[in-house]
Amino acid sequence: MTHLIIFLFFGALCLAGAVNLLVQRHPINSALSLVVVMGSLAVEYLLLGAEFVAAVQVIVYAGAVMVLFVFVIMLLNAGEEVRTKGSRVAMLFGIPGMLVGSALVGWVLIERTGSQTVAAGALPGAPRTIGWLLFHNFLLPFEVTSILVLIAIMGAVVLASHPDTDSGKKKS
Amino acid sequence: MQERGRDDLTSVGGPVLSAVEGTRALLRNNALNITTFIIVSLIKTVLALFVLLTAVAYTVWLERKVVGHMQNRWGPTRVGPFGLLQPLADGVKFLFKEDLTPPHVYKPLYIAAPMIAVIFALTSIAVIPVGNSITLGSLHIPLQITDVNIGLLIILGVTSLGVYGVALAGWSSNSKYSLLGGLRASAQMISYEISLGLSLVGVLMLTGSFSLRDIVDTQGGTFWGFIPRWNIFYGGQFIAFFIYLISAYAETNRIPFDLPEAETELVAGYHTEYSAMKFAMFFMAEYANMITVAAVASLLFLGGWHGPVVGPPILRALLPVFWFVLRIFGFLFVYIWVRGTLPRFRYDQLMAFGWKFLLPLAIANLLVTALVVALRA
Amino acid sequence: MAQTIPQGVEYVRILPEIVLSLFGMVIMVLDPLVDERSTQKLLGLIALIGSVAAIAATLYQSQFPGLGFWGMVKVDGFSTFFHILVTAIAAVVILSSFEYMQVQQIRAGEYYGLILFGAVGMCLMSSAVELVLIFIALETSSISTYVLAGFRRRAAISSEASLKYFLLGSFATAFFLYGVALMFGATGSTSISVIAQALRLSPVPVLAYAGIAFMFVGLGFKVAAAPFHVWTPDVYEGAPAPVVGFMSTAPKAAAFAVLLRVMFESNAPGRLWLIWVAAALSMTLGNVGALVQQNVKRLLAYSSIAHAGYLLVAFAALANNGIPAAMFYTASYAAMNVGAFAVVSHLAGAGERYVTLDDYAGLGRRSPLLAATLTIFLLSLIGIPMTGGFFAKFYVFSAALQANLVGLTIIGVLNSAVGAYYYLRIIVVMYMREAREEVPAIPVSPALGAALGISVAATLYLGLLPGRVLEYASRSAAELLH
Repeated sequence: MTHLIIFLFFGALCLAGAVNLLVQRHPINSALSLVVVMGSLAVEYLLLGAEFVAAVQVIVYAGAVMVLFVFVIMLLNAGEEVRTKGSRVAMLFGIPGMLVGSALVGWVLIERTGSQTVAAGALPGAPRTIGWLLFHNFLLPFEVTSILVLIAIMGAVVLASHPDTDSGKKKS
Repeated sequence: MQERGRDDLTSVGGPVLSAVEGTRALLRNNALNITTFIIVSLIKTVLALFVLLTAVAYTVWLERKVVGHMQNRWGPTRVGPFGLLQPLADGVKFLFKEDLTPPHVYKPLYIAAPMIAVIFALTSIAVIPVGNSITLGSLHIPLQITDVNIGLLIILGVTSLGVYGVALAGWSSNSKYSLLGGLRASAQMISYEISLGLSLVGVLMLTGSFSLRDIVDTQGGTFWGFIPRWNIFYGGQFIAFFIYLISAYAETNRIPFDLPEAETELVAGYHTEYSAMKFAMFFMAEYANMITVAAVASLLFLGGWHGPVVGPPILRALLPVFWFVLRIFGFLFVYIWVRGTLPRFRYDQLMAFGWKFLLPLAIANLLVTALVVALRA
Repeated sequence: MAQTIPQGVEYVRILPEIVLSLFGMVIMVLDPLVDERSTQKLLGLIALIGSVAAIAATLYQSQFPGLGFWGMVKVDGFSTFFHILVTAIAAVVILSSFEYMQVQQIRAGEYYGLILFGAVGMCLMSSAVELVLIFIALETSSISTYVLAGFRRRAAISSEASLKYFLLGSFATAFFLYGVALMFGATGSTSISVIAQALRLSPVPVLAYAGIAFMFVGLGFKVAAAPFHVWTPDVYEGAPAPVVGFMSTAPKAAAFAVLLRVMFESNAPGRLWLIWVAAALSMTLGNVGALVQQNVKRLLAYSSIAHAGYLLVAFAALANNGIPAAMFYTASYAAMNVGAFAVVSHLAGAGERYVTLDDYAGLGRRSPLLAATLTIFLLSLIGIPMTGGFFAKFYVFSAALQANLVGLTIIGVLNSAVGAYYYLRIIVVMYMREAREEVPAIPVSPALGAALGISVAATLYLGLLPGRVLEYASRSAAELLH
C-alpha cells in the first residue's frame, strides 16, 4: 500500500515535471524540471528494487548530465524563449499522432494480453548482478560504447576547433 | 507558477530515498514493528540533525580559533569562556539581520538555491554510521539513521546534487560576480567529482560492498601484529586517500581551491547577493559538507570507529563513536590547517591539476588495485 | 555459466571491427605527431590500408561462422556480405577524399579516423543479433556521420547540415531505443533469436507491434525513407561531397541490414503494411521532389530517398526472394552512388562552388571521360540494362510480383519512369548544352581515378554478371531464415 502511494506520487511528479519542461519558457526552468523527472524516475527504480540503477540515475543524470545542461545555459546566458505560433504541420500531424499514441498505450494497458508482469526485485538489479552482466553477457556492447565515446570526443574536438588555425598543435 | 517551481525543487532526492530504503530494509529484517521503527528513526534523525548542526557551528568556531592562533591572534574570546558561545551569538545575528532581496534577482530560484544547498548537505548524514549498535532492553539499535546497501552511492548522489544550490545561486542572483562564482563552482565540482569517485572505487573493490557498515567491518583488526588493518595501510589505498583528500577540498570549495568565492576577484562569489539567514544556509551547507567528507574519509580509509575499547558495556558502545568523532575532528583540523597555510590556486592550474594529474593518477591507482584484487582472488 | 572469458574464435568474429578500430586509433594518435603538409596523404593512406585490411579480415572471418560474445554477434553469409560492402565503400570514399580534402583545404586527420570508426559501427550493425548492441552500433555509425557532415567548417551550410542531422537523428535513435524497450517489455529479451521464439507464440502481444513500429521509425530515418526523409536534401547539400557518398550508402546499407534482421529473423508482426506505406511514399516523394532540383547534390538526395523506397519494396515482398533482392540492391546502389558523388566532389571545386546543374553544362566537351563515367552511374540509377541498377530493380520488382504486391509494383515502375526524366536531364545538360561561363577543368588525381574505376567496374560487373552476387545473397538469405 505504501509502495503504491509512493509510486503514484512520484509517477505523477515525474509527469508533472515532464509537462512543466515543455510549458516553461525559460531554459533554466525547463532544465530543472528535467532534474525533477530524473529524480522521480530514480525513486521509481528504487521501488522496483533496483537500488543500484536508482543511485546511478541520480549520480549520472541528475548529478552530472543535468548540471552540465544548467552550466551551459548559464554560460550562454540564454534568455526566455519567444513564443511562436508553432508550425501548422506540427499541429496537423502532431496532435492526432499524440492522441493515437496515447490511445495505443492506453489500449495496451487495458488489454494486457500476452504482456508479462514481473514482481518487483525479480529482475537483476543488484550491483553484483549488473556487474556480472556488464562484463560477461554484455561485454561487447560495453566495449563498443568506449568507441562511441571516443567518436563523440573526436567530434567535439573537430567541431569546436577553429577551421583556419592549426587544430592539433599549440603554436608557440 | 513560481511556487510550483520551488516545490518541485525541494522535494526531490535524499530524505525520501533513505526513508523508502529504510522501510524496505526493515521489512526485510522483520526485526521491529513499524511504530517502534518510526519512533526510533525519528529520534535518531532529530538527534543526528541536532548534533550535525551543533558540529557545524563549532567547526566554524574551531576554524576561527585555529586560524587565529596560526596568525598570532586570539580568535573569538568575548562571548563565553574561550569564545565558546560565539556560534550562538552568530546564529542570533543571522536570524535578526535584515533579509535583503536585491530587486534584479530571479526570485524563485534565488530563494530556492540556499535551501537546495543546505538540504542536500544535511541529507547525507542519513546513511553515515557512527558506531556499532546499542542495545536498550530488547531493542537493538544500529547507530545510523538507515543502513542502506548502497550507502556510499547515496552519499555520492546527494553531494552531486548539491552543486545545483551553488550554480543556481550564482545564476539567479543576476550579478556578474555571482554568475562567475557559480560557473567556477559547478565546473570545479564536476571536474573533481570524477577523481573523487574513482579514488573510492579502489576501496569498494577491496570490500566488495557499497554498504558503509560493511566497509568499516572489514577494516577491523591488525596485521603484522601492530598496524591497524585500515584501508589506507592494508589495502594500499594510500594514494587513493590523498586523491580523495585533494578532491574533497575542491568539492567543498575550500582553500586552496576556493575560487568560487575568491574574495579578491569575485567579492564573495556565488553568495555575493545573499544576506542574513539565506547566507547562513550556504555557510551551513559548506561546513556540513566538510563534515560529511571527513566522515566518509574516516569510514573508507581510516577504519571508521575501530579503536581500543574497554570498560563497562555502555562505554564499550560509546567509545567507538568517540574514536570516529576523533577522526573527523582530525580531518577537519587538517582542513583548517591547510586553510591557514596554503595560497589559492589559479583557475587554469586548478583545472589542469584536476584533469591532467589527479584523474590519470586515480585511474592508475584503480588499475593497480584491480590487479592486486585479481591476483589475490 | 561455465565460460567466463571470450575464447579466441570469438575475437575472430569481431576481427574486422577490431582491425578498423585499431587503424582508427593509430590515425588519431599520429594526427598531431606528423607534419602538417604530409598529414593528409599519410593518414589517408593508413585509413585505406585499414579498410582493405578489414576486408581481408572479413574474408578470413567468414570461415568461422557462428555466434560470439554470449550471443551478441553472429558471423554468417549475411554479415559477411554487409561487412565487405561497408568496408569497400569506406575504402572507395577514402580514395576519393584525398583530392577533395586538398582542394577544400580541410585538415583531414580526424576525418579518416571518423570514417573508420563509423565503419566499425556499421559493420557491427550487420553482424549484431542483439538489440542493445545494435543500438550502440547504430549510435556509433550515426555520431560519426553527424560530425563528418559538418567537416566543411568554413561553410555555414555544412554546420547547418551537421546540426540538423544531429538533432533529428538523435530524435530518431530515441525512437529506436524506445522500440527496443517496448520489445523487451513484450518478449522479455533483447536477443533477436529469443524474440523470434516469443513472437511465434500466439497471440502476439500488442506491445510487440508498437515496438516494431518505433524501431521502424528509427531505422526509417537512417535510410531516409519517407515520411522520415525531410532532413535528407538539406544535409546532403551541406555535407562535404565525399561524405555524402559515404553516408548515403554505408550507413544505409547497415540500417537495411538491421531492418532485414529485425523484420525477418525475428519474424516481426505487422511489418507488411508499415513497409508498404513507407515504400510507396518514399518512391513518390523522392522522385517528385527530384524533378524540380537545380542543385545536383539536392537532386541526388531526393534520388536517394526514392531508392530507399525501391529497396523497401523488396522488404514488403516474401522473405526468400525479398532478402536477396534487397541485398543485391544495396550493393549496386552503393556502387553507383559512391561513384556519382565522387564525380560531384571532383567537379565541386574549392568551397563547393560548382554544384548546380548549370555548372555541369558542357562537361561532355570539357572532360569527356569524366562525363562518360557520370553517365554510366546515372544510367545505372535509372535502371538501364547492362548496369547494376537494372538487375537491382528487376529483382526487387519480380520479388514484389511473386508476393502478389501488384499495386506497389505499379507504383514503383511508374516512379522509375519519372526518375528517368531527371537523371536524363543531367546527361542532356552535360552533352547538349554549352557552358555559360568557363568552369576550370582540374585534372583527375590518380586516387580519385582509382575510386571512379572501382565504382564503374562494380556497377558494370553487377550489370553484366549479376549471377554470383545474387547467388551468394540467396544462399545467405536462406541461412538467415534457417
